[in-house]
Amino acid sequence: MAKVAPELQYSDEHEWVAREEAGSVVSIGISAVATDALGDIVYVDLPEVGSAVTAGETCGEVESTKSVSDLYAPVTGEVTEINPAVVDDPALINSDPYGAGWLFKVAAESEGPLLSAQEYASKNGGEL
Amino acid sequence: MTENYTALYEEHKKLGASFTDFGGWQMPLKYSSELAEHHAVRKSAGLFDLSHMGEVWVTGPDAAAFLDYALVGKISAMAVGKAKYSLICNEDGGIMDDLITYRRPAGADGTDKFLVVPNAGNAKAVAGALAERAGSGPEGGFDVTVEDASAGTSLIAVQGPKAESILLRLVPAAQHELVTGLKYYAAVEVPFLVGGAGQDLLLARTGYTGEDGFEIFVGDDDAAALWQALIAVADDGELTPAGLASRDSLRLEAGMPLYGNELSLEGDPFAAGLGPVVALSKEGDFIGKAALAAKKEAGAGATTGRKLVGLKGLGRRAGRGHYPVLKDGNTVGDVTSGQPSPSLGYPVALAYVDLAYAEPGTALDIDLRGKTEPFEVVALPFYKRQK
Repeated sequence: MAKVAPELQYSDEHEWVAREEAGSVVSIGISAVATDALGDIVYVDLPEVGSAVTAGETCGEVESTKSVSDLYAPVTGEVTEINPAVVDDPALINSDPYGAGWLFKVAAESEGPLLSAQEYASKNGGEL
Repeated sequence: MTENYTALYEEHKKLGASFTDFGGWQMPLKYSSELAEHHAVRKSAGLFDLSHMGEVWVTGPDAAAFLDYALVGKISAMAVGKAKYSLICNEDGGIMDDLITYRRPAGADGTDKFLVVPNAGNAKAVAGALAERAGSGPEGGFDVTVEDASAGTSLIAVQGPKAESILLRLVPAAQHELVTGLKYYAAVEVPFLVGGAGQDLLLARTGYTGEDGFEIFVGDDDAAALWQALIAVADDGELTPAGLASRDSLRLEAGMPLYGNELSLEGDPFAAGLGPVVALSKEGDFIGKAALAAKKEAGAGATTGRKLVGLKGLGRRAGRGHYPVLKDGNTVGDVTSGQPSPSLGYPVALAYVDLAYAEPGTALDIDLRGKTEPFEVVALPFYKRQK
């Protein structure tokens, strides 16, 4: 599996952002670079639907067998949906970080500094 | 910090390991998934590189008496072929390391021979302390030689219910009984087929996983050949290379202490639940005896006010090292190790807690970065294998 999905944008804190076809809603997850470093994820604490998140600020936690890491919002806006499948089975984040392991969706008003896949890949080992 | 590489470093790279620094060594943290590696050890077998551990040989006419003086256990009472878990303490009774001592057959001239295996990060300090203590002692020194063989010795562990059957495939049939008859905490020289040739290697039935398993001492030059041979004789999926991440979760489930987490110079053996390891009644003086006798007299945990307990999480979140343990919002303890238990399915932790809250069944909380999660004191170990 490619460590960096080419069609997405990324934050410095290893969240990815995917735009839906139309409108301002974006899907958010964490990159395979991050899931590799974290190890097996056993718990995820997501922001609540309807809550406001701010780009660059923590909005949840990801816990692996070895550590706990903060989840940072890569965009500012209101959370419209969370992925209940990863709450029930956090291992999905490891097995399919860019697909079934998505975390939550936000109606984005603005976004924090985001990197292109190329930029993110070159900062994290260079593989695209 | 010095970066040391084991003789198996290239093998780990070939297997795609992620590395971590541990005790000054670049060690495999995991190869793929640490959870899969953990389950492999519980259900089949795991293959570990433990070459970062130290190997210190103590030989000579006074070797047994010397180790009685240098360590807290009664080493002289060990039979040849046995292994014993012990501690090396300082004069204040602080724990310098926990270690395993193997009594080997005496030399042709009748001199006793022991192999002492300290932790990686403490190996040099332990070898140094043993050499220093050999020159002191009640009667002006002991007639022993202390040789630190850590640099040239590798250690490979095969742990799990399939460990014995896998090892036997590398041992000539005539010697199988040496392996099958080997008791827990015992060791024997066994001829192994390594690199196509037979070679006598020291095989110990010891481990740090809570499973049946073995540790094999092998010279650095032959370590890769033995590692490859073990993988080659195992069936697909039968023997999984396993890194330090799974080693840590396995030992935690088995309630085994880790030096630096549960054991330290500041801690004492009684608070850590290791009172039975301290042989205060053995003949003669030993380093730390007076201080340890006073600590024992004061009662387990009386010197620190706390003792080591197991905590079982009632929620999903795990406590981690240094998280505070709370009772009604007040801090009554400190987590030393903790994580979700892969085998049991709930979080487990080891923690030092105030004596008043150390009884199994006591309800406590752990402060998880500002949120509290309920835990309960439980008897150790968390996990015990079915025999």
